[in-house]
Amino acid sequence: MNCRAIFYTLGCVLNVEAICMLLPLICTFIYQDNMFLTFLACILICASIGIALIIKKPKSKTIYAKEGLLIVALSWITISIFGALPFVFSGFIPNFIDAFFETVSGFTTTGASILADVEALPKSLIFWRSFTHWIGGMGVLVFLVALLPLSGGSNMYLIRAESPGPSVSKLVPKVRSTAMILYGVYILLSVIEVILLLFGKLSLFEALTLTFGTAGTGGFGILNSSIADYSPYIQTVIGIFMMIFGIDFSVYYLLLLRKFSDAFRSEEVKAYLGIVATSTLLITINIFSIFGSIKESLRHAFFQVASVITTTGYATFDFEIWPSFSKTILVMLMFVGACAGSTGGGIKVSRILIYLKCIVKEIKVSLHPNTIYKIKMNNRTIEHEVIRSTNVFMTAYLMLFAISLLIISLDNFDFTTNFTATLATMNNIGPGLNKVGPTQNFSIYSNLSKVMLSINMLVGRLEIFPMLVLISPHTWKK
Amino acid sequence: MNIIIAGCGKVGQKILELLSQENDINITAIDIKSRVIRDVVNEYDVMGIIGNAATIDTLNEAGIKSCDMLIAVSESDELNLLICLIAKKLGNCETIARIRKPEYAKEIDLLKDDLSLTMIINPEFTAAREIARSLRFPSAIQIDTFSKGRIEILKFKVEAKSALHEMRIANVNNTFGTDVLICGVEREEDAFIPNGDFILKEGDLVSIVASPHKGQEFFKKIGVKTNKVKDTIIIGGGDTGFYLANLLVQSGISVKIIEKNPERCEKLCQLIPKANIINGDGTDNKLLLEEGIEYSDSVVSLMNIDEENILLTLFAKSISNGKLVTKINRIAFDKVIRNLDLGTIIYPKNIAAEYIVNYVRAKRNTIGSNVETMHKILNGKAEALEFIIKENSPVLNLTLEKMNLKKNVIVACANRNGKVIIPRGKDEIMIGDRVIIVTTHSGFNDIEDILE
Repeated sequence: MNCRAIFYTLGCVLNVEAICMLLPLICTFIYQDNMFLTFLACILICASIGIALIIKKPKSKTIYAKEGLLIVALSWITISIFGALPFVFSGFIPNFIDAFFETVSGFTTTGASILADVEALPKSLIFWRSFTHWIGGMGVLVFLVALLPLSGGSNMYLIRAESPGPSVSKLVPKVRSTAMILYGVYILLSVIEVILLLFGKLSLFEALTLTFGTAGTGGFGILNSSIADYSPYIQTVIGIFMMIFGIDFSVYYLLLLRKFSDAFRSEEVKAYLGIVATSTLLITINIFSIFGSIKESLRHAFFQVASVITTTGYATFDFEIWPSFSKTILVMLMFVGACAGSTGGGIKVSRILIYLKCIVKEIKVSLHPNTIYKIKMNNRTIEHEVIRSTNVFMTAYLMLFAISLLIISLDNFDFTTNFTATLATMNNIGPGLNKVGPTQNFSIYSNLSKVMLSINMLVGRLEIFPMLVLISPHTWKK
Repeated sequence: MNIIIAGCGKVGQKILELLSQENDINITAIDIKSRVIRDVVNEYDVMGIIGNAATIDTLNEAGIKSCDMLIAVSESDELNLLICLIAKKLGNCETIARIRKPEYAKEIDLLKDDLSLTMIINPEFTAAREIARSLRFPSAIQIDTFSKGRIEILKFKVEAKSALHEMRIANVNNTFGTDVLICGVEREEDAFIPNGDFILKEGDLVSIVASPHKGQEFFKKIGVKTNKVKDTIIIGGGDTGFYLANLLVQSGISVKIIEKNPERCEKLCQLIPKANIINGDGTDNKLLLEEGIEYSDSVVSLMNIDEENILLTLFAKSISNGKLVTKINRIAFDKVIRNLDLGTIIYPKNIAAEYIVNYVRAKRNTIGSNVETMHKILNGKAEALEFIIKENSPVLNLTLEKMNLKKNVIVACANRNGKVIIPRGKDEIMIGDRVIIVTTHSGFNDIEDILE
């Protein structure tokens, strides 16, 4: 195993994190919130360790699948540990585990918080908290690949391990160009959203932080009431952009290339839009009695559906008081998640489609045992290998879900709370139901549960296997 | 530059390896086997597409419309032609096809024009030509030519009792009264671009730059035989053997071919009447001794199995002082094979791939790069590049001493109006010079890349 290359890449990741912390540092100058020393200390720590790790270049930068998975898993744990430092140093979240939970929740774009009063934080810290969403949304290593001329095609192992979806492929022949295109689209969409939010009379700070939360499909708000206190215009813009960031980014690339027919062919995106439309309709009818007007109920229903299916977790309304039917739909959408290749989490629409097609195939095979049937997506046969790994993904997902549920049940809360807490962290959504509902937070849990939920978030964001590889004894055997 | 490579066999993968490292070349690889594509995409920075490259759908998916060059190197000659034909119809790209069957040897020119192919590559033939060249100059392990043959880079081994052993490089030309430049030394695993203080040792593989004439002279003065071989034994009468025998017979070298298959022997006998065809097993040492392997000037092992070729060469080495050439198909174990000290080793797949890569780079000249010729030397660890110096080049009007060269770069040689000069510290580069640069950096596109 090429340990030197792993440490080298970790060093690069830490340096990127140090650079990212410069933004909140600028913030402290603007808002004079006495956070200068905190961020300076964090930057120095990250940069010094980062530079120490990259000062000696590894003999060979060649990495294989194993190193790729390890680098991704370790990088995410590392940035979360160091990203938690500002919270601890500033004294606003003195308990390190709490701070770690909050940072993991940021980077994995979950948006689950242990803070009861967000507004009490200094501006620069809020900025950092939201900015972690933006970094984590597209991924740190994708950024690294776009930025650094790392050699060889082996970088694809990094992107594949970090990007969500059953099969990750390139948009263009060069890995680096692919990563640049992804970030280019990401930045472009973010800028558009910021501008639209500025039109809604938000301050630049609010527009930026809310955009970070939307773009990464994260969900950290800057007000205790999440999005509920903003104007309908702002809510609509955020709602629509959550939807946009939940769509496969290659679609936007195809649109930019003016390959419209290719862009609109994606079965996954059609299914995603279909699910959103149906769910919104059903919830609108169901909650009509609460709001009394179609417009109001439609707006809230759409926002909540978009927020949950893209795994963002913003709330315009405490859906805790909605009828059970609506809540159940929302819980189901939590499982579904966004499209593969987007910044959203969850199981992913494409996997759900593959599962449905597998069931259809199984029925046909049981009726005609000798039939030959290929599962297709976008008019293309899906390789057996992909189907197999998709199925195993589900099995692993359910098992980890059960383990996590069991461990946090030690805290003796009710089943709905525990179940939705696990669900909300594993699918990177944020709020669940009952005691972890949209107006509540995760501070009620014990340290053990918080660690477990943090692991859930990482497992969810990295789609299970990089984290399993990390703890597997096979990895560390020579 | 967008390139499509159809077929990812050994040649295809070698081309991918060499070209995917270049920043401005985007490669799409097509193969019908999904496993192959998966491996290729994992190993090299390219896009992979699974499918039959001779179909419109696959080619369209690979972006044939915006493609500058298509290289068809699949298993079958006929398929390669078909791919090029369809590609030409779909997009306006250059096409290169691998055609290897000797039956088509004569038809090649005809095919080339009618199908508007840019280039046809025959790995067996290029390998045979390479072997023939090394037999004409047996002391060199490897010969790379530049400037249309006016400049050569020759690689040879410092033998145990050589006068070069323990000699400082700065003293070499003074001691022997020669005019060559030592541009590279390989010692065990390492490759150096040496300066004057470097001390040569026995067992080193030394690469020199010189004109062919000066090179000959150098070998003579350091006491190495330079006569071309008079006779050769070719073991294995496959396609490469056939091409090689033809080339050698034409240049007056007496050829003996040992081939196992009687029908093949009959055919070879008809095709090359001047060659002496022996029907027998090339691994049978009694037969080899009977045919005078001990006294032959050279032995070329061209059988289909690498291991047999290696064993055969080792056997020949133990009893003969002749020049030995071994053909190896599998590229993967080249490090181990190099340590066996087999003399000249020919990798037909590598040669074919490098041939195509050279063409691609030369092609790129028109799109911004200025490399005229490029050879990988020092076992692939360094590149020797040829540039033509144009007006306004930043290297003009500076003596070599004053040039702020990058590390591990040397200006090895210049061809000024047909005169070959080994430039020294006080020399300047002039407009119109063809300059050879040797460097361990890769991806130089212009002469100004040599400067810091």
